[in-house]
Amino acid sequence: MSHTAGIDIGSTYTKAAILDEAGELVGSGMRPTGFKLEEAAQEMFDRALEAAGLPRDRIDYVATTGFGRHLVSFRDVQVTDLTAQAWGTRAFFPETRTVLDVGGQTMKAMRLDADGKVRSFRLNDKCAAGTGAFLEKTARYLGYRIEEIGPLVESSKEVVPISGVCAVFAESEVINHVTQGAAPGDIMHGAMASLIEKSVRLMKRVQMEPEFTLVGGIMRFPTMVKVMREHLSEGVNVPPGELVQLTGAIGAGVLARRRLEKLQAA
Amino acid sequence: MPYAAGVDVGSTQTKAVVVDDAGAIAGRALIDTGANVVRAAEKAFSLALDDAGLEEYEVGFVIGTGYGRYKVEFGDAQMTEIVCHARGAAVMFPGTQTVLDMGGQDTKAIRIRPGGDVIDFCMNDKCAAGTGRFLQSAAAALDLELADLGPTALRGQRPVSISTTCTVFAESEVLSWLARGKRIEDILLGVHRSIGSRSFGLLRRVGIENEVTFTGGVTRNEAMVEVMNDLLGTELNVSEESHYMGALGAALFALERVPHRDGSREPAPTHAAATEPAS
Repeated sequence: MSHTAGIDIGSTYTKAAILDEAGELVGSGMRPTGFKLEEAAQEMFDRALEAAGLPRDRIDYVATTGFGRHLVSFRDVQVTDLTAQAWGTRAFFPETRTVLDVGGQTMKAMRLDADGKVRSFRLNDKCAAGTGAFLEKTARYLGYRIEEIGPLVESSKEVVPISGVCAVFAESEVINHVTQGAAPGDIMHGAMASLIEKSVRLMKRVQMEPEFTLVGGIMRFPTMVKVMREHLSEGVNVPPGELVQLTGAIGAGVLARRRLEKLQAA
Repeated sequence: MPYAAGVDVGSTQTKAVVVDDAGAIAGRALIDTGANVVRAAEKAFSLALDDAGLEEYEVGFVIGTGYGRYKVEFGDAQMTEIVCHARGAAVMFPGTQTVLDMGGQDTKAIRIRPGGDVIDFCMNDKCAAGTGRFLQSAAAALDLELADLGPTALRGQRPVSISTTCTVFAESEVLSWLARGKRIEDILLGVHRSIGSRSFGLLRRVGIENEVTFTGGVTRNEAMVEVMNDLLGTELNVSEESHYMGALGAALFALERVPHRDGSREPAPTHAAATEPAS
């Protein structure tokens, strides 16, 4: 049986997925990208192979995606993040019309048609205030680590409004709130609310329509998903567990399969 | 002999200047603002008094300026840093028509008339891109002291091109250049050029008329001065006092409002009146 691989080299995390002929996920790997992109890609590819119990020569086609997709020398093809996410999200939720992807240093919204073609998209990779980095910075100003963001927000009783104009200027805002006795969880909640507001605004700009599928590392925070559901009211899908971060890699794997089939048919 | 003082509470540093009745600097102080802004203002003022060898009662009027000007609780009045930098620059360099003020969290371009009246200004108000914070982030990413940035960047020969605007993302970009084997001096020269070109954009929006005077904390960075000189094609006015320009301007405005010996006070001069001959 032949297999394909998709590797998503994101600005913050690198993800790899191995798919079998039926498109089922049989192995995956994920780690922080760091600065050696090819090394991260190779390492996660190896880890996914190991998880799948497959040797390298059983993989017939490798597609890369994400911001580091051009820097992986062992790839067979590279696909854009948008195409990969479109295919990856539809592998889980075929009725997806709007995708929101919030990662460490990017936020993307896109609208798909019934065939899964990208009709419209908007992205922010220019300003940290509209990405996961905003939460990371806020946590750091409060003296917490990234892993503590989830529990911190869960502990929140109310939202302290955070303007979210600039991730750097947020520091004085955060310090002011702390000095005035606000709970760190409530401040963190405020930062998340500001990110959610930006997410919804970006989705509106692509003329969003249900079903909505939310992906990216930031969707691992339950509060993020809960509040997004309140904003969107209906038809909100979120891939379970770490799959929420793997849809780009999976979509690349699906596209690798299609490419392979085309080549074999020719 | 009446003295007056200006206290410039910036986002990063607080500056205080005491001037004598001739408007000459009698004492000055510079400290980090930190979290307690009220305390920083008091401390800077008291250090400037020490530097001048004066007691507080000898200072007839104090003006607060900068983002924390309303936290100068002992101040008699507040003025914006825009007019204070303009006034300071005009007095220090009488030929000044354009002022570039680069501070810890903001960069301002100001067009002035001889004497210091503000014609127009613009600033980065939305985000930290192109401000001193960008330099701080780069210093933190490269594990360097802020004071080492300029000298290191001046050794750069082939500056990298910094593509990110956001200060947060610039930090990762700096690290990624380092991982790709670029020399620190070339990365830093690239960082300075990136900030320089944003500042140049602000200056162009108000219109650049010579002479251009450079004020604010970033004036201490020789590489930034050089990059701006290159972009402007002329030599910026910079002095040891450039960092104190806002506080100096505030002190000079304060001097005009020191109460007379009989206890009466000049009517508070408007900004325009302050530079026009008395009728």
